[in-house]
Amino acid sequence: MQSIFHSGRHNSRGLLSLVHPNKELFQRQRALLRGTIPAGFPSPADDYVAGHLSLDEHLIRHKESTFFMRVAGVSMRGVGIYDGDLLVVDRAIPATHGCVVIAVVDGEFTVKQLLHMPEGPVLRAAHPDYPDQLIKPEQDFSVWGVVQWNVHKV
Amino acid sequence: MQLAIALVDCNNFYVSCERLFQPQLEGKPVVVLSNNDGCVVSRSQEAKDLGIGMAVPWYQLQDVARKHGIIALSSNYTLYADLSNRVMSLLSQFSPDQEIYSIDESFIDLSGIPADLTDYGQQIRRAIRQCVGIPVCVGIAASKTLAKLANHVAKKQPYYHSVCDFNRMTDAELNILLDAIEVGEIWGVGKRSTARLRTMGIHTVLDLKHASPMCIRNEFSVVLERTVAELNGVACLKLEDVTPPRQQIICSRSFGSPVSSLPDLGQAVIAYTARAAEKLRDQHSIAGGIQIYIRTNPHKINAPQHQQSILIALPEPTDDTRQLCHAALSGLRQIYRNGYAYQKTGVMLTAIIPATDRPRTLFDDIAAQHQSSALMTTLDHINRRMGSGTLRLLGEGVKKNWAMRRGNMSKRYTTEWRELAVCRG
Repeated sequence: MQSIFHSGRHNSRGLLSLVHPNKELFQRQRALLRGTIPAGFPSPADDYVAGHLSLDEHLIRHKESTFFMRVAGVSMRGVGIYDGDLLVVDRAIPATHGCVVIAVVDGEFTVKQLLHMPEGPVLRAAHPDYPDQLIKPEQDFSVWGVVQWNVHKV
Repeated sequence: MQLAIALVDCNNFYVSCERLFQPQLEGKPVVVLSNNDGCVVSRSQEAKDLGIGMAVPWYQLQDVARKHGIIALSSNYTLYADLSNRVMSLLSQFSPDQEIYSIDESFIDLSGIPADLTDYGQQIRRAIRQCVGIPVCVGIAASKTLAKLANHVAKKQPYYHSVCDFNRMTDAELNILLDAIEVGEIWGVGKRSTARLRTMGIHTVLDLKHASPMCIRNEFSVVLERTVAELNGVACLKLEDVTPPRQQIICSRSFGSPVSSLPDLGQAVIAYTARAAEKLRDQHSIAGGIQIYIRTNPHKINAPQHQQSILIALPEPTDDTRQLCHAALSGLRQIYRNGYAYQKTGVMLTAIIPATDRPRTLFDDIAAQHQSSALMTTLDHINRRMGSGTLRLLGEGVKKNWAMRRGNMSKRYTTEWRELAVCRG
């Protein structure tokens, strides 16, 4: 490893500068490269390597019942769910009053807050332009899953 | 102690998978078609009620379909396999001993579970319905053969609410049920045996249960004698938790449209050989021979017909895709004839032995073998991680003129980022 970069210091100036005409950037990168080269001493941290953190572990509690869905629309903006976001949905979680769910209304998926009201289930958006939707008994309605996480690109 | 074997079977599995992500299909007659949109392989209850049979060619159903608005979907095995894995994984949590019997069926051993097994079956049903969204039926009995029949009863008779436990019935109750089921419904009793059993006056399951084992053995086989024992509650078949390595690996498919040119056929043969080789390495085996066959469409009576197969022995047993393809192509060149519209081709790997039993010779090129195994391991690794077919032989071709016809396939909702289900926000 060391030898590659030693020779690299002599030869690569021309080569690298072709890719990075910006001289300052090149200098900085070269410094960076030099800093990370193991120069023969074993790292004192070698014995403490503990794998890596997996987002799956953090976001998926039940692997059999967890599914991903894509959001289309702005009605849940108020709770931080935006158009194009990626939802982590778990079907094993009971849909209690107030949780954000994927509901099926007349054969279509929708993401809303679920309220168990005396007059029946209500789907509430998080946007001033979208009124509450009371589900009528004759409507096709079911809760498909409970939204656990929203993955949003900043 | 009496055994309690449960057979858990998904209802209308492929249709149920489709409905999970297309809820608008709920309540409508839906069928799923086989590869190339050929025959009906799964039907919703609504489609069954319209008299749509299993394995009926789709083109014969055009009129009925139009009249009743039957929705036909191409099979989406990627989706079905993923949902099947989820069902099987959940099921494994209900029992220490599981045999996955097919994509939509699994035996689990419930012997000694300290619970009312009908309740337990309902729990299993609710869990799978809620977690994966797939409806299942549960049949429980003292043997695998009886468990299959219990499942049949659970499915057909609404009285049992999809869970039927033969073990909690008296003999008299059970016999009444068995007397109402035709003998052909029994697991492993084929059409031919059914016809012969009928001539002997054995029409129902109960008739066979009460038949003389000796007589059945003499007239048929030890296998059917064992079935008689199983019907009497004596378990002869164990749960097989590990499927034994296969002795033959077959990969064959019909083309989307007929293929006449040798290069196109060659591409298909290479693609199927590559797939078969992958399966071979999966079970850590090597093959000593490869058989190739091609055929025209036998249903087109007026078209010129040709079908032929050839077995090529490999110089040494191998699992290397390149060597297998080389042999397959040389075989294809020997049987191919110009001027025929071929409809199907297939390859079969034979003389399969465990890779550890590879015969050694004095002239083995050890270095080449190591290189080959490293390359194949890398190939499989990349395809497992990045998706099947990511890295493949160029010989498979890029534009596949012979690819399957899948006119109305749903999205791969659970395995492709670009094909996720969309919800209204």
